[in-house]
Order: sequence, then C-alpha cells, then structure tokens
Amino acid sequence: MRAASTFFWRRPYWYLALLLVPPLLWFGTVYLGSLIALLAQSFYRIDDFTAQIVREPTLATYGQLVTQPANVDIVVRTVTMAIAVTITCALIALPIATYMARYATGRMKALFYVGVMLPMWTSYLVKVYAWRLLLAKEGIIAWFVGKLGLTGLLDALLATPAVGGPSLSSSYIGMFLVFVYMWLPFMILPMAAALERVPGSLLQASADLGARPAQTFRNVVLPLAIPGIAAGSVFTFSLTLGDYIIPSVVGAPGYFIGMMVYVQQGTAGNIPLAAAFSVVPIVLIFVYLSIAKRFGAFDAL
Amino acid sequence: MPSDRRYRGDRPSWLVRGGAFAGLAFMHIPVLVIILYAFTTEDRTYQFPPPGLTLRWFEAAFARADIWQSLTLSLGVAACATVVAMILGTLAAFALARSSFRGKDALTVMFVLPIALPGIVTGIALLAAMKLGRIDPSFFTIVAGHATFCLVIVYNNVVARLRRLPSNWVEASMDLGADGSQTLRYVLLPQVATAFLAGGMLAFALSFDEIIVTIFTAGNQRTLPIWFFNELFRPRDRPITNVVAVIVIAVTLLPIVLAYYLTRPDDEHETAH
Repeated sequence: MRAASTFFWRRPYWYLALLLVPPLLWFGTVYLGSLIALLAQSFYRIDDFTAQIVREPTLATYGQLVTQPANVDIVVRTVTMAIAVTITCALIALPIATYMARYATGRMKALFYVGVMLPMWTSYLVKVYAWRLLLAKEGIIAWFVGKLGLTGLLDALLATPAVGGPSLSSSYIGMFLVFVYMWLPFMILPMAAALERVPGSLLQASADLGARPAQTFRNVVLPLAIPGIAAGSVFTFSLTLGDYIIPSVVGAPGYFIGMMVYVQQGTAGNIPLAAAFSVVPIVLIFVYLSIAKRFGAFDAL
Repeated sequence: MPSDRRYRGDRPSWLVRGGAFAGLAFMHIPVLVIILYAFTTEDRTYQFPPPGLTLRWFEAAFARADIWQSLTLSLGVAACATVVAMILGTLAAFALARSSFRGKDALTVMFVLPIALPGIVTGIALLAAMKLGRIDPSFFTIVAGHATFCLVIVYNNVVARLRRLPSNWVEASMDLGADGSQTLRYVLLPQVATAFLAGGMLAFALSFDEIIVTIFTAGNQRTLPIWFFNELFRPRDRPITNVVAVIVIAVTLLPIVLAYYLTRPDDEHETAH
C-alpha cells in the first residue's frame, strides 16, 4: 500500500491518469460519442420518397434548415424569446439577489436561500403543470384579475397582436411568464453569489468619496455583479433555447427549436433534420459562452 | 446620523425590499396551488377557490398499478444513475481540483457541457447514437443518459469542496508521516464526505424528476415524469395527476433538503472566518 502510494506520489501523471480514465471513458463514449453521432446524423438526409435516411455526407439538411422561411422563423422566434426571458429574469433577480446578499442576515438570509433553492429544485413538470392551472381560462389568474376588476386590462393585453391570444395559456405572454418563472432561480443564485463577494470596504470607500447609495450601486456594485449576471444568463438563455415542453404545454401554436427537434425525430421520423436543428442551439450557446466568458461568467459559476 | 447609515448601506430601499419579497412569493405560489388542488373535491375543472377538501384522491392514486410501476422504475433509474455519477464524478473531481496539466481547461469545460447545453441536445444526441449503433431503449439507456448529467452535479459539489480545502493540509499530513492512502482516509475523505453525499442527493432528485432527456432514451417505458407528461396532453384523471404531482414534489424535495443541511455547517464555518 505504502509502496503504491509512494509510486503515485512520485509520478503524479500516473495518479491523474488512474483517476481520470473511468470518468473519461464514460464521458468519451456516452456523451461525446453521442454528440459526434448527432453531428454525423445532421449531415445525412432523408429521402423524400422512401422516407429512409440516406447515409451519405451532404449539406442538404442544413440547406433545408437555412433556406426555408418557416425554419428561419422558428430560430428567430426561439432566440427572441430566450433574450426576452434572460433580460426579464435579470431585472427581477436583481432586487432579490441584492437583498439576500447584502441586506438580509441570519434567519432572513437562510429563509431567502432556502426560498430560492426549493422552487428551483421542485419538479420541473409539476411547475409547468401548475402554470397551466394558473393560466387556464377559468384559472386562478383570471379569477384574481376578475376580483381586482381588471379583466378589461387582461383582455386588452391578450388582444395585443403577435404576442396575445385567446387566453393566457394559449399566448406567447403566458409562455414568457412560465419561462421567466422557471429559470428565475438560476439567475438569482449566481447573481447573489457575485454580490456576496463584493467587499464591504469598497462600498465604504465609495461613500467616503461622496457617492450616494444609488451611485455606489451603479458604479461599484453593479460592475462587480456582472460576472454573476453573465453566469446566470448562460442558464436562462440555454434553458430557454432548448426547452420543448413549455412551448408545447403553454402558448401559441408557433414552433420553437426544441419542439421542432422533438417532432422531427418522433412523428416525422426525420432524425437528420432534428439533428441539424439541435446543432443551432449548440452553436448559439458556444457564441454566447464566449461572450459570457469575457464578462467573467466562468469565475462566477 | 444619516451619513453613517449611507456608507454602511444597511438600509435597503423600499424598492429592493418590496421587489425581493414579491419575487420570493412569485416563486412559491404555483407550487402551493398544486398542493392545494390535490385535496380539492372538484374533479372536473380547476375551479378556484376549491369547493371542499378531501383525501380521497390519495387513496385512489395509491390503488393504481400503473403509478406504482412508474414510481418503481423512476426510483430504480435514479438509484443506479446516482451510484454511477457519485463514483465517476468524484474521481473526476479529485483529478481536476488541484492539478494543472495541458488540456485541463478543455476537460473542465467538457465536464460542465451536459448542464451548459440544453437538455434536448443531450437527449437527441443519445438517440442519434442509439439509432446509429442499433441499441434498443432499455432501463440501461435511461440510466446512461441520467448518469451523464448527474455526474456533473456530483463533480461540481466535490470539486468546489476540494478547492476550498487548504492545500497545506495535505502537505502537513505527509510531513507528519502519513502516506497517500492515509492522507486520503484521514484528511481528504472526511472533508469531502458531506459534499459527496450532498452531490448524490441532488443527483438523485435530478434523475427522479428528469423528463427532457428521458423521453429520447426511454422508448415505451414510462418513468413517473413520462406518466405525468402524458397526462398533461391527454388529461384523463385530473385528481390523480394532482396527487402524483404532490408525490413527485415530496420525493424530490426530501433529498434536496438533506443536501442543504449536509453542506450548510461548512458554510457557517466559512462565514465565521
């Protein structure tokens, strides 16, 4: 035993290799292997007449993806939603994260951390289901709005072209609400972690130099919170881009990238197109990650 | 003294305070609503407020064989995926926490990819691989998919703990004559144990509840989330669905709360410094 440990202490690379081989084998075969298979499939095409997959490298499937206006619409719609959700999550998360990181102490702080963690880890499907009940035509939101006597306002909101619809549960507004709700904790936690790390001495220095609290917040706290916001936005952006359950349970009939992948691989049986569609979020995420990296997102993860 | 208060910044503006509490409420109301609906006497509509409360639907749900089947499948998958993830994730964390070698950054990025990329990418990639390799969906394909992202959770938990551990502890242990395995047993493992367990708990909860990847790897097997998903589109038994929702919440939250308590003493210890 001792001889073995001396052996590995002298040869750290052997030790590393011993540790790394099992997880790398797993990751290499199951995950990277699958990603490569996915890429390979995206370069195949489906024969229009026989509906069989033709296993020859071709760009035809990607061509179909970028030239058909309907497909381009799907990408634009999904990205727009992801950006809107990310910005809204950041705005709602800011006061919560600020309060829990900088003002709350003791029990209140624990309450906030648990209060953010619990809904984040509550079953994804149950939350989607809950929102369907909330948004339904005779659901709780409609009931509550009615009690407040604001039904007219809700109807006006739903009458908005493009984002409105017959009810909250069948409009983009409803879908947007659900997305914001689902990913909000993923924004709050990294943001709060970044704000926790802002040294108190900086705030004192800022005040000593004559800054008002709002100025301190804007010029000292916010720039230091940017890595946290960037880290959180990676989650909100990525999660919105790939989701296919929320757009199919709540919202207007327009397709999203995730739904397209799901439908193409399932009922349509067109794995190449599904694969090509799923490469879109991968590319977008890598672009987004490289931007987020500049804002220090990886240090705040 | 106003200037004093100003620089300590210990008074949140009403905007921050109001926003914080409103946000917290927003995050909890939907879940509370579901729990309430599991007890409603109304079985056709989502009438609010519920006309009455009953425990009848719990009894009905527990009598259903399909729910028990889905529940045992989900628990089995979660247990297997968690074990695989705990072993592989911890190995990877020990390898990558302190070392530096060429290509380490690439490996670190690779180990967070399954949670950085949308779940559907993992799902469709596994499906594409299964189609190319002519592998039929089975219990093991579900476990393989789950273990991949569960591994990341365990890795993150353990690696974070290892990085916080002062590096001179290991050196001190060696200087005092301990060999590598003794250092591992008496210094590293006791420190990492809670992070390891917490990672396992989170992995279990994540796997139990997973739907996005599972749909692609499950074939026609029905885990509890898949059962639930089908009910979302073809609602047959609304009251039963509500009860299953409460069961799912309970099964996932229990390990989460345990994980929180497992990692908390360490945080207190840290803030004390």
